[in-house]
Amino acid sequence: MSTAFDHPTYNYRVVRAFTIMTVVWGVVGMSLGVLIASQLVWPDLLANIPYLHFGRLRPLHTNAVIFGFGGSALFATSYFVVQRTTQARLFSDVLASFTFWGWQAIIVAAAITLPLGITQAKEYAELEWPIDVAITVVWVAYAVNFFGTIWKRKMKHIYVANWFYGAFIITVAVLHLGNSAVIPAGAFKSYSVYSGATDAMVQWWYGHNAVGFFLTAGFLGMMYYFVPKQTGKPVFSYRLSIVHFWALISIYIWAGPHHLHYTALPDWTQSLGMVMSLILLAPSWGGMINGVMTLSGAWHKLRTDPILRFLVVSLSFYGMSTFEGPMMAIKTVNALSHYTDWTIGHVHAGALGWVAMVSIGSVYHLLPVVLGLKPGQMHSIKLINVHFWLSTIGTVLYIASMWVNGIMQGLMWRAFNSDGSLTYSFVEAVDASYPGWTVRVIGGALFVLGMLLMAYNVYMTVRSANGKVASLQAEAQAA
Amino acid sequence: MNELSTFWSVWISVISLGSIIGCYLLLSGVRKGQTVHTETSETMGHSFDGIEEYDNPLPRWWYWKFVLTVLFGLGYLALYPGLGNYQGLLGWTQTGAYDREVAKAEAEFGPMFAKFAQTPIEELAQNDQAMRIGQRLFANNCAVCHGSAATGGYGFPNLTDNDWLYGGDAAAIKQTILNGRIAAMPAWGAVLGEEGIHQAAQYVLSLSGRETDKAAAEVGKGLYNTNCIACHGPEAKGNYMFGAPNLTDNIWLYGGSEQQIMQTLRNGRAGQMPAWNAILGEDKSHIVAAYVYSLSNQ
Repeated sequence: MSTAFDHPTYNYRVVRAFTIMTVVWGVVGMSLGVLIASQLVWPDLLANIPYLHFGRLRPLHTNAVIFGFGGSALFATSYFVVQRTTQARLFSDVLASFTFWGWQAIIVAAAITLPLGITQAKEYAELEWPIDVAITVVWVAYAVNFFGTIWKRKMKHIYVANWFYGAFIITVAVLHLGNSAVIPAGAFKSYSVYSGATDAMVQWWYGHNAVGFFLTAGFLGMMYYFVPKQTGKPVFSYRLSIVHFWALISIYIWAGPHHLHYTALPDWTQSLGMVMSLILLAPSWGGMINGVMTLSGAWHKLRTDPILRFLVVSLSFYGMSTFEGPMMAIKTVNALSHYTDWTIGHVHAGALGWVAMVSIGSVYHLLPVVLGLKPGQMHSIKLINVHFWLSTIGTVLYIASMWVNGIMQGLMWRAFNSDGSLTYSFVEAVDASYPGWTVRVIGGALFVLGMLLMAYNVYMTVRSANGKVASLQAEAQAA
Repeated sequence: MNELSTFWSVWISVISLGSIIGCYLLLSGVRKGQTVHTETSETMGHSFDGIEEYDNPLPRWWYWKFVLTVLFGLGYLALYPGLGNYQGLLGWTQTGAYDREVAKAEAEFGPMFAKFAQTPIEELAQNDQAMRIGQRLFANNCAVCHGSAATGGYGFPNLTDNDWLYGGDAAAIKQTILNGRIAAMPAWGAVLGEEGIHQAAQYVLSLSGRETDKAAAEVGKGLYNTNCIACHGPEAKGNYMFGAPNLTDNIWLYGGSEQQIMQTLRNGRAGQMPAWNAILGEDKSHIVAAYVYSLSNQ
């Protein structure tokens, strides 16, 4: 892309680069999701190629969507938002470029090592130690750049979006360092310094807070900028932001043990995990209330603005899944839901409904801005609307099929006969899951189709912006 | 059990209660500081890239929801173990809950299984009700290796063909289920050499009447009589005592092709049937034994 788009004050170059990669990794990561969902319906699909086996592609799917798609979206929006809300250029252009190329190299390294079976076997932290070291270096550069920009700000106060981005950056650093502590055994192998139940607890302290800080706090930062911007209304309540921010970050960090109910984890740890997960309900909803209530007096805009629809529906899914989460953390509910498809449905209510939709809405808002156009001035608004409906229907199909499957599996596993023996063998529950798995493939495919429309729309917008710049330059030269 | 040192117990209690109470204090502090109590168009007076913030009060229903979850949490932590070594007023433990449920099931279903355990296996195999239970127990415990039709697979014996490694009478089957079996075919590669492995394999092939290199099989027969005869027997019919398979019936646990037989000879095999006594108990194992017996003795 031409440097002619460059803003006099802000570094938009790095924002553009991360925005494009958000779309690229979104398409790649979500397509992988559809592929592995298909492997569950047709188990022989690519089954003889070890590199494309479900067990290796599944972590690649999660890494590509969380860190490739979600990570690029967070980098793009945080660099954009922190500059716009501090009125200061990024602390360092060099560090900005370094974080871009470094982060992309890490995702590419994931795409190479995971299919080769090189893994630490820790969920959402599979990448081997040399890549973990690279993540640490890039993350420190990111933190310096972000907080350096805050330091340079032109006003006294720090906007709430930046609190959330800041909490996300700091906590993810702590989580990454804590969970990835390993003893290397060669370049591609390492052993965790933790063992047994401690290892499991550290893993889920990391795993749940990857959700809490990477996929929630970071994206709430996004929400706090793009919802009021796209609505043109003030944020509903500053007081609510204060309470829900501090409560969210202090309680989330405790919730991990709910992943390990009824295991070798000590009783006290399980109880604390459950209690804290329930208390988390109100702080989580604080963000939803603040976002949705910002629309009061502007609801009519939803009729005409598909970008706003993406943002508002993402908040609805956020509210729904942060209600569902505390409920699933209750031990008696968990006894039914744990290890079933319900958990996968819950994750995707958050991942597709919240994280992806709020990112998509934000990208549609900011891409035109960093191309020198007006906010939301994409090539085709109509295509954004089609994308919105594909995403919404895809997400609903995905979640609903997993609810049905999950509750069915949980009930089948616990059904007893009058003689005390189990009514169903495990494989009968697998057999009964096929219809739900098929619906999931359809839902996921619709979501990917929407992403492809987005990629086309982004491409056309960039192309027309390039054209405009070229004609402006030509005019300038002629004159 | 999970006894923590006093320091850690106190530390956990202090920081967990501190977090919960700290959140409550923040909530009530911000609420008390509210200057307006209805929806307002007053803003905080700062603007970021054009974004302003209203000074709206905390929604009342949200405030009470927050308070309720805090109260629930404190109540739960009083009743259940959660604060370090504090046991909770109910004295509930996970292992205690498990033991109670198992005892309840035992009291409810134990007598029925005890009654079936009195019936000889051969007779129980004719009892439809017992065989339905046996089939379910098999599906949930045994099918993962032996298959839901009990026809086995590579490395896992077929239980329907009346070909047995450790004997197929009722007592032998029950013994296998209760205590498990560990099979050990030694590795002969280092002893016989690659040439010897080939010759022995030719002889083994000939035992089930297949085409072989006759000269090699003849040498192999000598090797068999020196090395293999102790377990597989002079007629190669196997021996239940060692779990040594019959080599003449063309039924193969690890494949019967020339390559697979050579692989078995070269590197040996180690089969393992787990012991189920500790998991199923004797009475249920009795029913499973009758079910397995029924598969080859209709």
